[in-house]
Amino acid sequence: MTVPTNPDRNAIARAARDPFSRRKFLVLTGGTGAAGAFLAACGDDEDDDSTTGSETSTDMETSSDPLADFGEGDVGILNYALTLEYLEAGFYAAVADSGLFKGADLELVKTIGGHEQEHVDALLATLDKLGEKPAPEPKAEFPLDDAMTVLTTAAEVENLGAAAYLGQAAAIEDEEILAAALAIHSVEARHAALLNTLIGEDPTPDGAFAVPADAQMVLDSVQPFLKA
Amino acid sequence: MTDKTQAAPELEQIEFEAIDRSSFLMKGVLAAGATYGAFAAGPLLRKAFAQGGGSEGDIEILNFALTLEYLETAFYEEAGKEAKLSSDVAALAKTFGEQEAEHVAGLTQAIEDLGGKPVEAPKVDFGDAFSSEDTFLQTAITFEDLGVSAYNGAGPAISSKDLLATAGAIVQVEGRHAAAVRNAAGEPAAPDAFDPTLTVDEVTKAVQPFLAG
Repeated sequence: MTVPTNPDRNAIARAARDPFSRRKFLVLTGGTGAAGAFLAACGDDEDDDSTTGSETSTDMETSSDPLADFGEGDVGILNYALTLEYLEAGFYAAVADSGLFKGADLELVKTIGGHEQEHVDALLATLDKLGEKPAPEPKAEFPLDDAMTVLTTAAEVENLGAAAYLGQAAAIEDEEILAAALAIHSVEARHAALLNTLIGEDPTPDGAFAVPADAQMVLDSVQPFLKA
Repeated sequence: MTDKTQAAPELEQIEFEAIDRSSFLMKGVLAAGATYGAFAAGPLLRKAFAQGGGSEGDIEILNFALTLEYLETAFYEEAGKEAKLSSDVAALAKTFGEQEAEHVAGLTQAIEDLGGKPVEAPKVDFGDAFSSEDTFLQTAITFEDLGVSAYNGAGPAISSKDLLATAGAIVQVEGRHAAAVRNAAGEPAAPDAFDPTLTVDEVTKAVQPFLAG
């Protein structure tokens, strides 16, 4: 038995072992090779904020909440999640069209992308049921230079997605929406663990307790993928 | 019934208010929701645990989770001693076992912080789970998928936002474990777009085979 990669995913395994393409990707993205790097990078901003805001507790209330741009309460969270799922689904659709993957590898890309599209559909349906206007699909562009670039980006996006859902879980008011968000969250976690494994990274990079990401951090992290 | 009571005192100690006797899978509800235009799954998920909720309910949920984490920890510990595993799979088993043990410690602390009494570790019997790497992986998949569905099912019933966040941090790791052992077994890491949610009754029934008399 071959672990961590499946025998039928040899192309991915080879890509994962190719140090050149990996290095190339790291250069392309400015060295943010993992969600952990995003966390570290964004942590600087947070430190700045907390330093300036530590004098008075009211600063917390006046500081802008990035979720507010997406709507109030659960609607804001749903639209924020929808935006992230749009990005993920769009990414995998572009990857599937890129010709970089074939056979079982392409099937895997399509399967994961299909899950993200189902998440988009479910979130759209929920917002529709609530009579709320869904966030527009963002225009995005992803690095598609080679298989390793794609897999590393996918791992980043999935780890970020899992952290994003975890970051909102406690803020969701409606029980059914929470249940649905949890059902999605653990699937993002599965995707993240699989992709981490495929690129030779730890499937549980945070250890026993996953680390959440707040909306500002997540939105800053996906900024490089968004087209103006 | 008496057999089960003796076999699983830890679980039987915990009184659950049944949500819905029928087999309720969030997957199906979500599929229906997507089709008919809503996540909204109806009232089935509400208050799976203590009727009053609050910290009493949270203690019940945490003890329910603790029993599962004890089972998982024991499973990986025994696997490390008894199963002949390839080095990669053995490394997964070791890491995941240590992480389950951290979950046990974290849940135990949380229960004590709430003034509750943590349940004892259950007596376990994993049968022939360690007879081959394949049987080990298949049993690991069972446990990890079950853990995901158990936490996801209990999550909405947790009163404390802090505990919900902690449960979320744990279930994400269970999902990652599930994906990794599935991948190691050559099975789809994420078999569906939405992980199924299990009720307490369903989880309790699913772990019965692994509890020793």
